Amino acid sequence: MQARITGALAAAITAGLAGLWAGSASAQGEMNWPTLVYRTGAYAPNGIPFANGQADYVALVNERDGGINGVKLAYEECETGYATDRGVECYERLKGKLGGAVAFSPLSTGITFALTEKVPGDKIPLLTAGYGRSESADGRVFTWNFPLLGTYWSAADILIQHVTKVSGGADKMKGKKITLVYHDSPYGKEPIPVLQDHAAKLGYKFEAIPVTHPGVEQKAAWLQIRQGRPDFVFLWGWGVMNSTAIKEAVAVNYPRNKMYGVWWAAAEPDVMPTGDDAKGYNGLALHPSGTAFQVHTEVFKHLYDRGKGTSKREEVGHVLYNRGLIDAMLKVEAIRTAMKQYGNKPMTGEQVRWGLENLNLTAERIKEIGFDGLVTPIKVSCLDHEGSRKARVHQWDGKHWNFVSDWIEADTKYLRPKVEAAAAAYSAEKKIAPRSCS
Amino acid sequence: MLEEIGPFLEVLLGGLMAGVLYALVALGFVLIFKASGVFNFAQGAMVLFAALTLVRLMEVLPFVLAFAASCAIMVALAFAIERLVLRPLVNQEGLILFMATIGITFFIDGFGQTLWGSDIYTLELGLPKSPWIILDPPLPGGILVSPVDVFAAVTAGALVAGLAVFFNRTKVGRALRAVADDHQAAQSVGIPLNTIWLIVWSVAGVVALVAGMAWGTKLGVQFSLALVALKAIPVIILGGLTSIPGAIVGGLIIGAGEKLAEVYIGPAFGGGIENWFAYVVALLFLLFRPQGLFGERIIERV
Repeated sequence: MQARITGALAAAITAGLAGLWAGSASAQGEMNWPTLVYRTGAYAPNGIPFANGQADYVALVNERDGGINGVKLAYEECETGYATDRGVECYERLKGKLGGAVAFSPLSTGITFALTEKVPGDKIPLLTAGYGRSESADGRVFTWNFPLLGTYWSAADILIQHVTKVSGGADKMKGKKITLVYHDSPYGKEPIPVLQDHAAKLGYKFEAIPVTHPGVEQKAAWLQIRQGRPDFVFLWGWGVMNSTAIKEAVAVNYPRNKMYGVWWAAAEPDVMPTGDDAKGYNGLALHPSGTAFQVHTEVFKHLYDRGKGTSKREEVGHVLYNRGLIDAMLKVEAIRTAMKQYGNKPMTGEQVRWGLENLNLTAERIKEIGFDGLVTPIKVSCLDHEGSRKARVHQWDGKHWNFVSDWIEADTKYLRPKVEAAAAAYSAEKKIAPRSCS
Repeated sequence: MLEEIGPFLEVLLGGLMAGVLYALVALGFVLIFKASGVFNFAQGAMVLFAALTLVRLMEVLPFVLAFAASCAIMVALAFAIERLVLRPLVNQEGLILFMATIGITFFIDGFGQTLWGSDIYTLELGLPKSPWIILDPPLPGGILVSPVDVFAAVTAGALVAGLAVFFNRTKVGRALRAVADDHQAAQSVGIPLNTIWLIVWSVAGVVALVAGMAWGTKLGVQFSLALVALKAIPVIILGGLTSIPGAIVGGLIIGAGEKLAEVYIGPAFGGGIENWFAYVVALLFLLFRPQGLFGERIIERV
């Protein structure tokens, strides 16, 4: 018994010393890479693949390259359960470690809304690739927010462009009915103003039906859809809400090929639980799924073949896994950009913010880092924190997602004034003086 | 006129079917309260745990074996709860036992996901998914009926009949009711309290498994099943905490009420009212019948 206690004490002391050593080592050559995840709770089926993609890309950079220009990434997860209060708690806990966090990606519009108020004071950038506040694309007001790849307003505009084309042109939209089934949260409400604007312009009838968290009670919504028989149903759901929507569509005989999900409602966890019933279901895609890309070859070679992968091997390449990879890659490239300016040392949040704002991912650079075919070029600026606003439509065939459209770019001429007006209203409300980008 | 009656009947029927599903979960609450006087907050977590156990076991076992093994695991869980949580709390206030069940909830939620995973698992019981269309004609478009909902309704009916016989016609059932009335008095006449608690938690575990099957077939087996239990709370407020038929009638009223409200009143409020509307209905009933529709009126002499 005594020997066991002595052994335990020795192990504890060794672990403590190792921790101290790790602490001093990290102070010299590591950057704090905090990751807000949800691996448990109602949204875990979608949160897990995204978190795995992020974890794997960071591990790849550490394993293959020894970090970014010699600076290792200290990856640490904090479980939010998709709850805003827990997200803020995680942020507070992680933001100061190792001299400060490089950036946060909360994967939650609710947490993003809460952190938007906090990050300017803490000087930490908030990367919300494909989500967050749509008006945060205006970098003059939202200095610390980066909704790269596309906002929800861009997504709504792209969807309308697509269904207009499918319908045979703008003149054919008059009299059509579009119903939005949305998660009753800041996330779900984001596209409504854009869909209303287009309804006024194109003459379709628009109806929005909220679904309360977590989204398993949709019978009333789908009975309304059965009665109204809209020409298209847009789905702005997350987690179990999406697969439930498809099941309810089956229950009221609504055709799946008339359904279009936003890019957070068009991944494997949304369609696989419904089996063949999801065949024909459409959704926006910010990027392809699959593993036919150089980065996946590297991930398999350096991680999975050595037993160091985070995901199940067969789930590498799923839509949300790939999005996690891309999200992490964007941060890594922003840090590289910042290092060119500030030197090869651990970057502060403020320096990474500069890197994000000056991020210019060209086709050549995308190829170099193994993301050729996975992402399109992105150029961020002080004025434009979105960087790129393109998506394709993909359709589920029961086994895979297949593209049914080319890249569609959101209409900047229409959206930019809307973004600026909303950002101006935000700055007036919060008494923020917009920066000059000239 | 027929054009309006059809949709109304469809929403009503859909609501009644949803209500049966709520009632299935409410049954678990009522069972434990009726037999032990404990409001078991962990019932939703038990539904999730039971369904997760079944669906993951079905990956390696045929359905019948997986179902039997899941029942055994639920009994083992009941045994653990009785030994580790309830037995040390014998004769404590009901509120303390209630707090203990909150602790059990968080443990089962976390333990279940750690053990079985957090993905959405498909539970296929071989039921047809396409809806049946009835009454077409005379109603244009007919009325949709979901086979899954019908399965749940039939299962709930069978469970209620079985439980009614168990409580009213068996020796164990009478002992359960005696324990609910007074722990100490029941013990003094030789009723083994610990065995009774083990039995009732085991039965509630099996009811949770059946509820989990019905909900899991409909939604897939995933964490939200635990939250569905919250829908059972207005049902038991309305139906009464001690009445099995009350759970069923309460479920039907809440299910039909909330769906009709969502479709016909919801648009005036911007939609999404069904969750809180269920509680409004329950509270309105409480105004007139504080013990619920079928609950026992408690009269204490002072």
